[in-house]
Amino acid sequence: MLDFALFVQYGPALLRGFGVTILCWGAGCLIGMALGFVLMLLRQVPVKPLRWIIRAYIEVIRGTPFLIQLFLLYSGGPSFGLRLEATTAGILGLGLYGSAYFAEIFRAGYQAVPKGQVEAALSLGMSYGAILRRVIVPAMLVSTIPAIVNMMAILTKETVVLSIITVPELMYEMQTMAAETFATFETILGMALFYWLLVEVVSRLGRRLEARVTRFLTHASPQGSSTETATARA
Amino acid sequence: MKFSVIIDALPYLLGAAVTTIWVSLLGVLLGQVIGVAVCVARQSGGRAADIAGGVYVSFFRGVPLLIQLLLIYYMLPLIGIDVPPLVASIAALGLASGAYVSEIYRGALNAVPHGQSEAALALGFPGRSIWARILLPQAFRISVPALVNELILLLKASSLISVVGVAELTRTSQTISASNFRPLEIYLAAGLIYLAINGALALFGTLVERRLQQA
Repeated sequence: MLDFALFVQYGPALLRGFGVTILCWGAGCLIGMALGFVLMLLRQVPVKPLRWIIRAYIEVIRGTPFLIQLFLLYSGGPSFGLRLEATTAGILGLGLYGSAYFAEIFRAGYQAVPKGQVEAALSLGMSYGAILRRVIVPAMLVSTIPAIVNMMAILTKETVVLSIITVPELMYEMQTMAAETFATFETILGMALFYWLLVEVVSRLGRRLEARVTRFLTHASPQGSSTETATARA
Repeated sequence: MKFSVIIDALPYLLGAAVTTIWVSLLGVLLGQVIGVAVCVARQSGGRAADIAGGVYVSFFRGVPLLIQLLLIYYMLPLIGIDVPPLVASIAALGLASGAYVSEIYRGALNAVPHGQSEAALALGFPGRSIWARILLPQAFRISVPALVNELILLLKASSLISVVGVAELTRTSQTISASNFRPLEIYLAAGLIYLAINGALALFGTLVERRLQQA
């Protein structure tokens, strides 16, 4: 009954879909981290209204389902002149969604940088830019690696949701295959196993990266151990 | 932007939000039962139970919820169980939540001092009552913040069950915006409703937490 030869027959389409998945994931992670970093920096500016706006942005993104955000962007966008293709909307959606979480991760990392280090850098006459680049960001990146990897694993899982707004990624291609061949169950089972493996690989790589980055540290990172990577939900 | 559109749709959206809430609540309750069972089985059921539980937790945390949902939705009829989308959805939410909950409890159990169960053993407590009277009540109390957080996460995740046709908040917004061609207004309204529910839940969580700290 189970006909796994279908996966060979549909190989090219599935590979293409996987390419789109990786593209959306990679671009989404990059946009999310860049925007999250900017948001974190802007939150340090002592202007109250600016802080409120950023805080509200983060709370709104974190308090609403990703799917609703996607619909707003993709279906609601044209109402205010934002006409996006599905894939562009998907990447932008993932990026905006990720940015709120990354902003919070970076903020925790920023606050965890020992004050004495910043003061020492100040007393050495370093400019704020130099302190940021050479003292704060390196320390912050190291201490937040487990949380960053965890978020990236979550975003891996979230790419599946993009199929709902017809982004031709892996899930979408698999659903096409299921609809054309009526082999619904095999397809979904295959998909489940594949994503299970994918998320496992992402978190293993993350753990290895963390071990490498923290190999000279004598104290534990403030974010806790990464044995719990990829535990968060999508 | 036309706010009258939102006002016209509001009764339907609020009705759908009620569905979202109770589906999520049922999912969380099921998740609690499964989570506690898995956690206890892994800790005291021998090696085979620990491995089986580990595979369950890894699978349901590693596979995207949308795929789990479709898997359950299409698999059950295949083995002869024909269930309506609503039941399949609650089962999927519960199974997914159970995996996270069992890990929450595992963490909380580690925070209960080991001496307590040793003391209970020394006093001749049978294993079952050590769990029921000493470990689980304290683990529950420790994990309340994480459990409220879990409810919020599940509420957001429940938007995915729109895919199998359950008329909850997301699905209803889709239906309405497909008929009045006002997706921006409708999805904004839906987003605000989700935000309001989650805000209320977070507030509730803070209150419960404060209350438990006093006790």
